[in-house]
Amino acid sequence: MSNPAEASLPNDPNVRGDVALEDPVEGRESLVRGNLSFHEITEKVLAVNEKPVAQTPNAFKAAIAFAGLGFAGFGGYVGYLFWEGPGIWGNNNPVGWAWDIVNFVFWVGIGHAGTLISAILYLFRQKWRTSINRYAEAMTIFAVLAASSCVALHTGRIWMDFYLFPLPNQMGLWPNFRSPLAWDVFAVNTYLFVSLLFWFTGLVPDFATLRDRAKVRWRQLFYGALAMGWRGSTRHWVHYEKAYQILAAFSAPLVLSVHTIVSFDFAVSQLPGWHTTIFPPYFVAGAIFSGFAMVQTLMLPARAWLGLKDIVTVKHIENMNKIILVTGTLVGYAYAMEYFVAFYSGNEYEGFTFINRSFGPYAWAYWTMVSCNVISPQLFWFKRIRTSVTWSFILAFFVNIGMWFERFVITVTSLHRDALVSSWEYFVPVTEPLFLAGTFGLFFFLFLLFVRFFPVIAMAEVKSVMPQANPHWEGYEHGGDHHANAPAAATAGGSH
Amino acid sequence: MAQIFPKWTNETPGLITFGSLVGLGAVIFALYWWASPWNTDVGYAPKQPVAYSHKLHAGDLKMDCRYCHAYAERGQHAGVPPTQVCMNCHAQVKKDSPKLDLVRKSWADGKGDESIPWVRIHKLPDFAYFDHSAHLGVGFGENRAGIGCETCHGRIDTMEVVAQNQPLSMAWCIDCHNDPAPNLRPIANLTQMGFRPDPMWHDKAQQIAATLNPPGALASAMRTNADGTTQTFATAGCSGCHR
Repeated sequence: MSNPAEASLPNDPNVRGDVALEDPVEGRESLVRGNLSFHEITEKVLAVNEKPVAQTPNAFKAAIAFAGLGFAGFGGYVGYLFWEGPGIWGNNNPVGWAWDIVNFVFWVGIGHAGTLISAILYLFRQKWRTSINRYAEAMTIFAVLAASSCVALHTGRIWMDFYLFPLPNQMGLWPNFRSPLAWDVFAVNTYLFVSLLFWFTGLVPDFATLRDRAKVRWRQLFYGALAMGWRGSTRHWVHYEKAYQILAAFSAPLVLSVHTIVSFDFAVSQLPGWHTTIFPPYFVAGAIFSGFAMVQTLMLPARAWLGLKDIVTVKHIENMNKIILVTGTLVGYAYAMEYFVAFYSGNEYEGFTFINRSFGPYAWAYWTMVSCNVISPQLFWFKRIRTSVTWSFILAFFVNIGMWFERFVITVTSLHRDALVSSWEYFVPVTEPLFLAGTFGLFFFLFLLFVRFFPVIAMAEVKSVMPQANPHWEGYEHGGDHHANAPAAATAGGSH
Repeated sequence: MAQIFPKWTNETPGLITFGSLVGLGAVIFALYWWASPWNTDVGYAPKQPVAYSHKLHAGDLKMDCRYCHAYAERGQHAGVPPTQVCMNCHAQVKKDSPKLDLVRKSWADGKGDESIPWVRIHKLPDFAYFDHSAHLGVGFGENRAGIGCETCHGRIDTMEVVAQNQPLSMAWCIDCHNDPAPNLRPIANLTQMGFRPDPMWHDKAQQIAATLNPPGALASAMRTNADGTTQTFATAGCSGCHR
């Protein structure tokens, strides 16, 4: 360690003061701490992947088993649903949409943070994204899978789901392209496939690293197949960068479009409480809000347990908390604006719906939503709170709860008191909590498998934003020799 | 370091992409064709308990369809004739033929619980409503026309054993509901097999069809006319058949 500032730092990675705040090259806080070399990054990131399967830590085994149990339980639940039909949910008139749609919107919203981090922050050259984009993208894919399973199962007759796609058939039936529900099918599928491609493209160089370091045959074959012949030649990198940029450009509009179309599922209908023009931007802000909270929920334990505190630093946590604060405030603005529109429109049905929402039988859900989504993120104005790991985790957890309740409030409270007073109903879920638990099982099972077998940090990209990647960086102890050796190296280069 | 994969594996990404596209297309086509009633139902010709020949009765003897299927123009079902209808002739004709044993047995019983167990050929699912009378006569006055037996049941007069001639699939129904003119014929020719309308009929049929089934009628059963009255069409939207 030649840097005296760093050598004198305390060793607690959660304390801000342990960072050399001055990046030696750009004068900004270093994105990776601990003065790690490229090799040390590789070792740190791959430590969990390269443990032989037999030596998987017991805690990890237990976690996977628990999530796997949830996933298997989900399978059982789907079988039960398949056998009995959606009557097991307790949905009935007037609440025909309940947890099935609530869970769908919840999960698909969560995905948006991954795409924002991987595509939009990439296009805006936000280099700090490199430490968090990989598992944010993984989260996106698994969340979209969970969302797709909700929406595929809510149709009731699951074996008829192919009706959703424009396939030639003997019925001469075609999806109704005037319906936002049909747009939703295309939006979510596009989202899933583009995200999958984007994620995989970014993984290829890291798969190649895993392949090259593999000591056993199956690992060579497994990672070798996934690496698709990556050799890391300059030509490969040129193609890679182009492909990555194109995919980022493809993904960027999806951050806005997917949840816009999800909001159309509600907004295009004529129900007071749903029929609102503010829905698209409000839903997109909410999606990014909930997604960042979920990234925090997953990342904060992971960086501690996997020993990645040098790569995912307090700077990353703070940046994400800032985004949570911004989007949380936008969501709060949207809540307020819904009330203003209900008042200003002078429409008594609209007015009733919103008064009923906050003071009716579901007031408890509404105020849970407001406290979790609007009030709790405001604590992030305080630097001490937004740089604290514990506070970040707690508040992110509240946001997750609040955003689930937001969808519950929108879906159920708008429906439960419809235009016919005699059919008013207080909706109580029957088996739906199992449905939600099952989607969590699916999500965490896939996510834990991902953490175990795929590199959770985009190593190749992280290395490129380290000060060490700068050709003029002289931080290594022998850095001074660099210039002296340069002509000799150039001469030697000819004989390689 | 030795290569992990042999050289031919370089081709696999392209092959997998191409193969999955072709495979997906093949699966879709397979479901579209092999699982469709065009493949599964057309040609269904079960063995009937009595070897009744439509070719003999409707073809060679030129009996009118409605002699036996008497309710075709009046009811939802065309009707399978009771044994008495057979015996109207067969009490006199071929009255000792062993082929008619079952018919005579059913007739002798006289209580109606020994009907001839004819096997149904043209089956529609429970959720599809169909009415023969609505198809055999549409329109009013000089615009009256109908769909001939032959259009859906084929050339019955040539069938020794009746086989299903058309798929009775939803797309098949809808195709005709969208453009019924080619299948309309004058009421007088409903049961005529191998009917060829005269060239003048074509325009007349188009004209009749336009009154029944304006463009877009499938999507909305009702149309508001210029004078503010509403009109229901033959193609009554989804609920015309799925009631």
